[in-house]
Amino acid sequence: MPGLEDLYREIILDHYRSPRNRGELETPPAHMAEGFNPLCGDEIKVFLTVEGNTITDIRIGGQGCSISQSSASMMTTAVLGKTVEEARQVLHAFKEMMSIHEHELDDTNADAAPAPQLGDLEALRGVVKFPVRIKCATLGWNTLDQALVEATA
Amino acid sequence: MTLDTAAVKADFPLLNNLINDRPIIYLDSGATSQKPQQVLDALNHYYEHLNANVHRGAYYLAAAATDATENARLRVANFINAPADREIIFTKNATEAINLVSYTWGRANLNAGDVVLISSLEHHANIVPWQQLAAEKGCEVRWIPLTDDGQLDLTDLDRMLEGVKMVAISAASNVLGTLPPVRLLADAAHAVGALCLVDASQWVPHRPTDVAEFDCDFLVFTGHKMCGPTGIGVLWGRAELLEAMPPFLGGGEMILNVTQEGFTANEIPWKFEAGTPPIAEMIGLGAAVDYLENLGMENIVAHETQLTGYALRTLGDRFGEDLIIHGPQDLTIRGGVLSLCYKDVHPHDLSQVLDERGVCVRAGHHCAKPLMRLLGVGATARASLYLYNDESDVDALADALEAAGQFFAF
Repeated sequence: MPGLEDLYREIILDHYRSPRNRGELETPPAHMAEGFNPLCGDEIKVFLTVEGNTITDIRIGGQGCSISQSSASMMTTAVLGKTVEEARQVLHAFKEMMSIHEHELDDTNADAAPAPQLGDLEALRGVVKFPVRIKCATLGWNTLDQALVEATA
Repeated sequence: MTLDTAAVKADFPLLNNLINDRPIIYLDSGATSQKPQQVLDALNHYYEHLNANVHRGAYYLAAAATDATENARLRVANFINAPADREIIFTKNATEAINLVSYTWGRANLNAGDVVLISSLEHHANIVPWQQLAAEKGCEVRWIPLTDDGQLDLTDLDRMLEGVKMVAISAASNVLGTLPPVRLLADAAHAVGALCLVDASQWVPHRPTDVAEFDCDFLVFTGHKMCGPTGIGVLWGRAELLEAMPPFLGGGEMILNVTQEGFTANEIPWKFEAGTPPIAEMIGLGAAVDYLENLGMENIVAHETQLTGYALRTLGDRFGEDLIIHGPQDLTIRGGVLSLCYKDVHPHDLSQVLDERGVCVRAGHHCAKPLMRLLGVGATARASLYLYNDESDVDALADALEAAGQFFAF
């Protein structure tokens, strides 16, 4: 059975203690999407400003557990300044990492070489060993997905 | 007399397992209880010795299976002091039982402008069916507010009762443990010509139940929270109301006759039990009733009250203001459900750390999002006590909380 240290890596706790890009943006001009985790009651708001094709500002509102909050915080640093297409690539890579495949659940594969564009987000790889928490980790990302759809509509 | 918890615990095979080399500290009976060997044996006995469909055959097994289920109905009726066993309708769970009433009684009796009065403590199961009905009929769902310590605020009850046709209320809160004054509300409902439905899902497993004492019109509960199997719930209703209500689901068993022109509904209770019922689960629920009666509901409530007091004192002494226990503190108006908020640790994280120490609690909104909003929290960690818990379980919870506090100390 995986231990707590597999889940609560130091960088995750750091983002939880000091969340980056927390707050709100005025809508419009910013776009906002809201996500809920019906399982645990977590709620998240993603505010997004897209200028040209670039994400020039992003803020996170709402409340949730350390995994959902730190994942959203890391997400903001990963996509800020990126183009919409680049952000979608990171989103895809992250969700790929969070999808459960049997072979990924053993330790050897869990420590496999990180996908280059995920960087710090690799720290969340341990979440797949705690399937109940995957929805926490992906809440912000699914909400970003909606916000990107709104921003590019 | 109180319970011999060591002997009670020994009846529950799951509690004697180890997970991760640690004993299981099961504090989530508000979500579902564990099952004693006696109930598991009854389920096995049915499948090994009695398995046949009910009300459908003349052979020995079919008759024996039918007898076993109807006998279970009788024991459930006695357990809640129902005047007649035909007033016991078996459903899938308490949720289905409330839906049965809202779909049949509600659609036949409510009109635009009528009011369903519920409390701010309700589980989604006693909210959403009424909201669905209200949306369809143009009715209003009205909410009884709460006092600061999680009791019903009945100051304005007379005004709140205007236009009310149904008062639907839980007898025990699944979040705060609050025990609202059911009899008072049933009397108030009747005084304005309304009916009273009691959601007793968190009451029946823990306290002696007497529908005459509640003087309600409908009472619902679920089997799996009272040592019985999943997939079985109960609707009790006054016979004259059930007889006047249209059927719920259509199919086999619920009919007396079917022709190409139409059908004649069966008598109660079968009128509301379309299709092959959950036979093993009915028998298992009967065995759960026997198990609880054998221990004595008075002994169970005495044990849980004593243990809840111990938990409130222990947690209060050890954590002081770092730990918020929502709801009333007075043991005469609360049960053994403890909704906890500990420092700034999110309930989901709290339950994760507790889990590593074998302590099982529920984290989340407990299917009561309107109540969570009133409490000003998104979620709580909930420890719920039952007959097999003892002071060592409370101590293990306190130790695990301390460990979680250290892990998330910022």
